[in-house]
Amino acid sequence: MSNAVAHADAHGHAVHHPNLQHHFETMQQQKEASSLGMWLFLLTEVLFFGGLFFAYLLYRMWYFEAFAEASRTIQIAPGLINTAVLIGSSLTMALGVRAAQTNERSATVRWLIVTIFLGCVFLGIKVYEYADKFEHHHVPGPNFISESPWAAQEQIFFSLYFTMTGLHALHMIVGVAMMSVITWMAYKGKFSSSYYTPVEMAGLYWHFVDLVWIYLFPLLYLVERHN
Amino acid sequence: MSEHLSPKSVYYSIFAALMVLTVVTVSAAYVNLGNFNAPVALAIATFKATLVVLFFMHVKYSSRMTKLIVVTSLFFLLILVGETMTDYGTRGLQGLLEPLQ
Repeated sequence: MSNAVAHADAHGHAVHHPNLQHHFETMQQQKEASSLGMWLFLLTEVLFFGGLFFAYLLYRMWYFEAFAEASRTIQIAPGLINTAVLIGSSLTMALGVRAAQTNERSATVRWLIVTIFLGCVFLGIKVYEYADKFEHHHVPGPNFISESPWAAQEQIFFSLYFTMTGLHALHMIVGVAMMSVITWMAYKGKFSSSYYTPVEMAGLYWHFVDLVWIYLFPLLYLVERHN
Repeated sequence: MSEHLSPKSVYYSIFAALMVLTVVTVSAAYVNLGNFNAPVALAIATFKATLVVLFFMHVKYSSRMTKLIVVTSLFFLLILVGETMTDYGTRGLQGLLEPLQ
């Protein structure tokens, strides 16, 4: 605790954990405050994506045939692989937080790197999927081509597809960037079993993004596949 | 507080369950369940989401304040969807409200 003692001397007050900010009484209170803030942010994220899910729900009820038709043109395999990749990344994220909890610095760094890698794999597959849609003229706009009588309504489906998966991918990019910083901090030994809040909060964000995809996959890829 | 330390086996089990449920989701989509395809898909997704929130996000072991925020987010989502639906869901009824000639 020489670190903490030196810190106490500099301030001229009681010894405390080097990571304890002065406006908090205890480490526990500080952590609870961080957690509260993170969950409130996630609440706004639920409503942010909630609005889009509602728009999807409404148009799906109005133009079900068009949505079923448009959804059938999407290849399931890349979406299924991406679902597995993302669930896998949530596992490695959870194990990364756990390693931080148990003071295993190198294991934390290792799990976080695997998480970042899986996030990048997800984005890579997404790029392939988007390119495929451009190639088949499934992007709403003047170049959209469909044989179906529902062509106009199919464009609504693809508009929602690109908006929702695009915003999800943007969240993934932010997540990968954030996780890179956290990994660097972990590598530098900024965390310990008594202070790993940033790892845990970044983990909450990562799991939330996984959670959004859990809904996006069946809603966009599997509208009506049984005929 | 999430000082709770989950055994690794919990995380591996949840991962396995999520993978199995993903396969179930895809399989169910190929079966004609009439009007129930969408509800079944959403039910499985919600079950998966619950597993993620409770175990990966540690809400099962979190403070009551955190649990309250999680429930609050669902409550506001319900307001967002429910209240808006009272508009869109009843638009066809407009003619019925006009005075009789």
